[in-house]
Amino acid sequence: MNSQILILFLVLIADVSSALGVVYTRHQSRLLAVELGALEALRDEGLAEWSRLQIEQGWLADASQIEKTARGVLQMQQPDKVEILVVRP
Amino acid sequence: MIPSSRLYAMLLIFMLCSVALIARAVNLQVMETDFLQGQGKARYLREVKLAPTRGVITDRNGEPLAVSTPVDSVWVHPGQVLEYPENIKPLAKLLKTNPEEMELKLNQRAGKEFVWLRRRLNPDVADEIRALHIPGVNLQKEYRRFYPTGEVTAHVIGFTNIDDVGQEGLELAYDSWLAGSPGSKRVLKDRKGQTVEEIELVRESVPGRDLRLTIDKRLQYLAYRELKSTVLKHGARSGTVVVLDVDNGEVLAMVNQPSYNPNDPTHDADGMRNRAVTDVVEPGSVMKPIAITSVLEHDIAVPTTPVETSPGYISISRHTIRDHNNYGLLDVTGVLTKSSNVGVTKLALQLTPEQMWDTYSRFGFGEATGTGFPGESAGVLRNHKRWRKLEQATIAYGYGVSATPLQLAQAYAAIANGGKLHQPAFIEGSNNPPISAIDPEIAHAVAAMLETVPTAQGTGSRARVANYRIAGKTGTSHKSGASGYAAARYVSSFAGFGPASNPRLVCIVVINDPTGKEYYGGLVAAPLFSKVMTGAMRILNIPPDDYQTMLVNAVDSGGVGDDISGDISADMGGDVSDDVSDVAED
Repeated sequence: MNSQILILFLVLIADVSSALGVVYTRHQSRLLAVELGALEALRDEGLAEWSRLQIEQGWLADASQIEKTARGVLQMQQPDKVEILVVRP
Repeated sequence: MIPSSRLYAMLLIFMLCSVALIARAVNLQVMETDFLQGQGKARYLREVKLAPTRGVITDRNGEPLAVSTPVDSVWVHPGQVLEYPENIKPLAKLLKTNPEEMELKLNQRAGKEFVWLRRRLNPDVADEIRALHIPGVNLQKEYRRFYPTGEVTAHVIGFTNIDDVGQEGLELAYDSWLAGSPGSKRVLKDRKGQTVEEIELVRESVPGRDLRLTIDKRLQYLAYRELKSTVLKHGARSGTVVVLDVDNGEVLAMVNQPSYNPNDPTHDADGMRNRAVTDVVEPGSVMKPIAITSVLEHDIAVPTTPVETSPGYISISRHTIRDHNNYGLLDVTGVLTKSSNVGVTKLALQLTPEQMWDTYSRFGFGEATGTGFPGESAGVLRNHKRWRKLEQATIAYGYGVSATPLQLAQAYAAIANGGKLHQPAFIEGSNNPPISAIDPEIAHAVAAMLETVPTAQGTGSRARVANYRIAGKTGTSHKSGASGYAAARYVSSFAGFGPASNPRLVCIVVINDPTGKEYYGGLVAAPLFSKVMTGAMRILNIPPDDYQTMLVNAVDSGGVGDDISGDISADMGGDVSDDVSDVAED
């Protein structure tokens, strides 16, 4: 008779703790879902920024811009062919 | 007893009531749960589309040529917005439109549930709209495509429409590769239509794959700049430059004029055509090396065989084919150097039409190059069974046969590559194994003959590139119009490759309808060829191979391009009609 009560008591404890476990894991999974959402948003933001930077770089590295700067601001010019020294292999 | 019977009656009524309630409850809870729960969810659960990123298109060095970046588009549920009309004013202010107009527009569409208000907003404007939290106003993430190189690469890459679907060029040809597939997620929305919780991801959106082209952005820009200035200088209607890698047929540069801005395409059909693959020209003298190849292949002649071209004209089927001058006795090499129509006619007529047709078709004429580029033209090479004698003669010097600039580039690349023909490729890692078009020895012989053209004696002296040996051929052809060949409308061209000792690059220049005083290929197209090749050799670090001239230059520092011979105009295609060919002689 005593052992039956004991078993009943143990089952009750197991039941309550598993119920608490469910509550806890649900809570954890919600927290993780929120974190995942935030990280995904961060990733998307990073990708977006990367693509914008790529475009910006593309525009800044545009050959006509570079040429304008090289010839205009830096006063660069192509060497005349008589100024080129070729080392024969 | 009466009270007792009333009691039973009441009990019966109550029992019936409770039975009815239980029955209804069972009906709702058990029999119709699925339907009702579905209906309930449909009122707050929504599936939201997730736009995929479109793949990046880069040049061969990884420089971005087309990039998608996320932007927000704003859409509304007109009925919900109109419930709070005071919200319209701040919204209209942010979108910089008239509030009355916006309200009118919403009223007209009040019955709908989804109306785009504005596509592709600036990110900061989108953030401000998001901060307003107006019921019924939603933001959808979309992608907008940017082309940092603009008009320089416009024809090759093309552009996409507002729904991110390729419309032209490689954006169209490789649309499914670049596009990826959209995903979706389920979200909970409240009464105002705003997302309160994300439930689950139904499908992850699959981003599009990147595309690496064979185009070299630096060469592309160089060719575009030089082409544009040449087209402007000569008042030409249009122009094309194609640069191929000899070793594998990869397209390093392909530019056309006129062009357009792919970031804001105005749908001007004339500027949008990629003339290098869609437009055919009668190439004129640029075709002569192909005819000479056929002559060499069938042992009609060797490069040193003498050919009598005096008196400078020849009659074929009651038509006269003329040279620019009477060149007298030439050899086969000299026929190409001087671009003698009479010489090439005499040689070609010793072939059967079938032999000649066979050589032309092995070079890929009359057949699309198979790059898969939208709108690619195959050109025209009629079946040899229908060639008359006159037609065979004109085909030998490039009339009565038409080709795209890309086909010409492919054929010249085969000559430069020891007879091995590669299908032109736009995409890195394309599988285009070489086809043996002609015998390597004959290819080398023709290449050596073509080296005599960009010299003081030849028609292409202005095509020369300092410190490099160049081979090539000039061309000037009359444009055919509605009523035969037009007297004063020409196509100037130059096709060539270098360095001749170990060819690396093939470059084709076609200038359509130059309206200035100069129209000969040697005067219009050859200088452009020289500029593009000079720059390309420098950019690609190709070692010079013309030590002889370099040493001479070092001594007297004389300019290479200064000694232009009077023969520059000689490549004028002698025409089948007499009055037209007279024009060539002034």
